[in-house]
Amino acid sequence: MAVILVALGAAVGAPLRYLVDRAVQGRHDSVFPWGTLVVNVVGSLLLGVLIGGAAVGTVPGSLVNLLGLGLCGALTTYSTFGYETIRLLEDGARFPALVNAGVSVVAALGAAFVGVALAEALWA
Amino acid sequence: MGAQRPPVDPDVDLSVPRQRAELRGGTASLLAAISVGGMVGALARYGLTVTFPHPPSGFPWATFAVNVSGCLLIGTLMVLITEVWAAHRLVRPFLGVGVLGGYTTFSTYAVEVQQAVAAGAARTGLLYLAGTLVAALAAVRLGVTLTRLATGVDRKRSA
Repeated sequence: MAVILVALGAAVGAPLRYLVDRAVQGRHDSVFPWGTLVVNVVGSLLLGVLIGGAAVGTVPGSLVNLLGLGLCGALTTYSTFGYETIRLLEDGARFPALVNAGVSVVAALGAAFVGVALAEALWA
Repeated sequence: MGAQRPPVDPDVDLSVPRQRAELRGGTASLLAAISVGGMVGALARYGLTVTFPHPPSGFPWATFAVNVSGCLLIGTLMVLITEVWAAHRLVRPFLGVGVLGGYTTFSTYAVEVQQAVAAGAARTGLLYLAGTLVAALAAVRLGVTLTRLATGVDRKRSA
């Protein structure tokens, strides 16, 4: 059952990343990978809420599998983030590459902390 | 900058004409390819994390291995389909956006660091945070370099 929920969540999460990335890119004209940054931060926030909610017994394990491991797992990506950072470096855009790496890690981690804290404030 | 310039964003890069045109070939088939790929990738990740669990204060080796191997593979894939072959329009959406995007994860990575810190293992959390970043970026670079060497393409020539 868990396997099916993870697969269903991912079936939505992966195309959602593509569509959000496309929409974000369509709104500005820069090489900085804003789309991937947005999905990674939003996905980390949502997973934080789900894991925090599961820890206090409000969010059931099935929802963690569907929305957390499935949807958020597929919505967020390390491969795209890593490839973009290396491509920026190859193009000589050293500063944007460093900013992308630093901001992605710090913002996603911050979002995870906020998500867990939010769940505790709401449900604990 | 030549027509062979590889995209910065391997998911979708609107500055690359081939990728701008992707949706025109049929939105349904494109999103379906990404969706099926995402399921395959996510199930592989799930299988590995269930097989190799870690205690809250321990080092999340399974996710580490997933993200680093996924980065190695995206480096290889992108060289193959942008510099070596003219791939079918659904190959990158299926393998790159779907399978590898669904396989690797940033959300689990971020929450695992938070969980380690909350469990009192801040040092392990920070080591995991920095270790994944360094190893993943090195893996992309290694994938790109090894694939260029193996296939004999020289990007400098076409750029």
